[in-house]
Amino acid sequence: MSFFEQMKKKAVETSPNKESASSTEPIKQQVAESLPVKNEGSVSDKAPVKSDTVLASSKSAIESKPNDLSTSVIDHSVGRKYVVGIDLGTTHCVMSYADITEGGDDFMQQVMGISQLTSPSVIEEKLQLPSFLYQAHSAELPENSIVLPWNAKPAYIVGEIARNLGSKTPIRLVSSAKSWLCHAGVDCKSPILPPDAPEDVARVSPFQATQAYLEHMSAAWFRLHPNAPLGDQDVVITVPASFDPAARELTVEAARSVGLGQAILLEEPQAALYSWIDKTHGEWRKQAKTGDIILVIDVGGGTTDLSLIAVTEKDGVLDLTRIAVGNHILLGGDNMDLALAYTVKAKIEKEGKRLEPWQVQALTHGCRDAKEKLFSSHMTSVPIVVPSRGSSLIDGVLRSELTIDEVRRVLIDGFLPQVAVSERPVAQTRTGLRTTGLPYAQDAGITRHLAAFLAKQQNAVDEFESINLPENATFLHPTAVLFNGGVFKAQALTERLMDVLNNWLRVENAPEARLLAGVDLDLAVARGAAYYGFVRKGKGVRIKGGTAASYYVGIESAMPAVPGMPPEIQALCIAPFGMEEGSQVELPDEEFGLVIGEQVRFKFFASTTRREDIVGTRLDYWQDDELSELNEIEVVLDTEGRRAGEIIPVHLGSAVTEVGTLELQAMSNVDSGRWKIEFDVRN
Amino acid sequence: MDISTYAIDLTIKPTTFDLWHVCLAGTVAVLAGLLIVVMFMMVASLLRRNEVAAPAVQIVEKVVHAEPVVQIVEKTVEVPVDRIVEVEKIVEKIVQAPAPAPIVLKEASPDAALQLLYLLQNDARFIDFIKEDMTEHSDEDVGMVARVIHEGCNKVLDEHFSFASICRENEGDKIVLSDGYDAAKVRVTGNIVGNPPFTGTVIHKGWQITDVRLPSTVQGYNVNIIAPAEVEL
Repeated sequence: MSFFEQMKKKAVETSPNKESASSTEPIKQQVAESLPVKNEGSVSDKAPVKSDTVLASSKSAIESKPNDLSTSVIDHSVGRKYVVGIDLGTTHCVMSYADITEGGDDFMQQVMGISQLTSPSVIEEKLQLPSFLYQAHSAELPENSIVLPWNAKPAYIVGEIARNLGSKTPIRLVSSAKSWLCHAGVDCKSPILPPDAPEDVARVSPFQATQAYLEHMSAAWFRLHPNAPLGDQDVVITVPASFDPAARELTVEAARSVGLGQAILLEEPQAALYSWIDKTHGEWRKQAKTGDIILVIDVGGGTTDLSLIAVTEKDGVLDLTRIAVGNHILLGGDNMDLALAYTVKAKIEKEGKRLEPWQVQALTHGCRDAKEKLFSSHMTSVPIVVPSRGSSLIDGVLRSELTIDEVRRVLIDGFLPQVAVSERPVAQTRTGLRTTGLPYAQDAGITRHLAAFLAKQQNAVDEFESINLPENATFLHPTAVLFNGGVFKAQALTERLMDVLNNWLRVENAPEARLLAGVDLDLAVARGAAYYGFVRKGKGVRIKGGTAASYYVGIESAMPAVPGMPPEIQALCIAPFGMEEGSQVELPDEEFGLVIGEQVRFKFFASTTRREDIVGTRLDYWQDDELSELNEIEVVLDTEGRRAGEIIPVHLGSAVTEVGTLELQAMSNVDSGRWKIEFDVRN
Repeated sequence: MDISTYAIDLTIKPTTFDLWHVCLAGTVAVLAGLLIVVMFMMVASLLRRNEVAAPAVQIVEKVVHAEPVVQIVEKTVEVPVDRIVEVEKIVEKIVQAPAPAPIVLKEASPDAALQLLYLLQNDARFIDFIKEDMTEHSDEDVGMVARVIHEGCNKVLDEHFSFASICRENEGDKIVLSDGYDAAKVRVTGNIVGNPPFTGTVIHKGWQITDVRLPSTVQGYNVNIIAPAEVEL
């Protein structure tokens, strides 16, 4: 070996011990990251990567920095297989994942930090990606300040920065895109957000916003796992249990468009229960018993989602079945903070001061913190201070206070009123024109919504022999309750809900419901989703359920026309309640004549209570609360190989895909023709 | 062809003095010079490396190229010891003179410091508060705003640093410092005589940073701007 060769070798050997902060090293790492194949190349390339792995394993102070984290993962993600749970929330997105390469029975997951801009030019890793999108003005932000580690020119500004910028310029902020997806009567693929934006603000569709969030998470994942792209992993995306088939379809389509065609859907309350099962490490079998009815109350930032899950026994093994889901209620934690802010605002305005919009917003933030403090301590009041916006804090400061009595009155009595189980949410008929806003719940009383849900689902357990309600029961008696959502960090709220529920049960001489505790209220949905990916490998108990509603198409009944009266509509059951993933049904006896090349539209209904209807059941009459009308569905028979105007006899069929979406089809009775019936997303 | 005809006989002395030999001699001299310089640099860097480990505050800067186009500058402040524990001494100790070593001072890069100021101002209005003329305001007003600032600053610190106390004992408790305790982590005061183990009372339990999570910044980002001016349209 020549002396030079020796020298070179020595230099390579000493380099890892040299200052790990030398500027050349991270550059090499980054190059290695973007070109993973070359990573295995020369000696000099390998050495720094090695040194970093050592750094990471020695738990040094800089271990958790994004770049060290990513480089330490590089070598590990080769040939690895992960399950990834994505909580695509109304206000926040969370990703949780676990390595399942070994295929063992141990399940260890972690929540992934998502790199995101927090302000122009500043990138941080956070466990939550706020589901906000900001449409910046071209002159608003410094040039080249909107940059992501994986993209020099991101198409959209999403995450923490969007929320921060939007808090001061709400006309450019897109929020709650998810609630719009499930909003009947709008076209989710047309640019409608932000709804109140002036003309020159570019708008996006709720669908595009969903795509943007998913794309961001997918890229953030790829940066940390360059050898295991998200498109190759088992991905589970959560949706509200109350999402209708069209909204589910849109979510899946958005995932597909960003390369996550393999992603499957899971209902959020189920995810919360999975997370609880995972947390108990097998102990859940002792905490739940045959005959239990678990009520999952999931109150997110913007929505309240209710589900019932029955515990039954089959061949000595506990079975879980999701038996009912609630309506889509747009009512959540944000409403609570806003309610408190308006309480404080009213107090301040009584003193003759006028509040500006930014002050109300600052009040909302202040009230959120104050509420948490009041609930977690023995303080009776917390001062609320809104400093002035200028550099002098004290001049023009706004001061008030929030007392525990006010919080109790507004939150507990306002949102969780002590009501009888016979009470129902008040729904006033909306006056005037319906604007393009979201259909927020009009009654803030979550307990009233809960009472309505439990009463409506009274017959949900009829099919189970092991579960019997008393004869005089006026509602379904849950035996256990699982809470999910950040608002339940306030113990006073969970106590109140348990109290109300147990009062109802006591009146009907039923045993009190137990509280199932232990889930992380903010991250449980993502964690549960990842655990579900693991369960699907046959590694644990799976919650059965299928479709949460039965679906009907509206057909005009054959009656002589009566002038001035619309033709009577019959509802024809096309998909029964509880249809499992991967199953399909057809209605061969119901023949329709469809005109080639013409658009045919059907009315479309869903029912969360008519569980006994089988496919083909025709309803002439139904109660208003039995069937709810969804957006219309439509089918266009393509002219390919046929003459336009020709009438083809078809019958209808439906299938629930493995992904968890409902598919409707029209099948020709004369040949093998099949046409997909689309969920209409247009108005 | 016989390979031996190309063998080099080093014993042969040059008999002629032409341009080729001048070039050859020059090349040898240059290479030898290079070798000496490289070795000298290696020795110097090794010496330096040993000294760099000593200072308590070390500011490290990384330049990361995520993509050819995107450039991200990442900073890490490594502050192993933030507050040194004071332990009142009872037993005597002989202070040993430290081994003499060449002094190397490392200048702190201002970037991380400016970034922390940005975070404190942006999330907690820290600079506004400290820079405000307090003599004009009543204690009540100052106290009211101080609560907001205090809460915000605490949030910023918790978000970007992990704190731990150095002593597990409570303040006021007795503590025994064994021989070879880390004098950087524990500072003894008072009656320092005799040899370790020392027995003393914990006056301050100390602070140390166990983790730093500072944001990355895009290259070209002006860290000197702690808070941009805000203009409402």
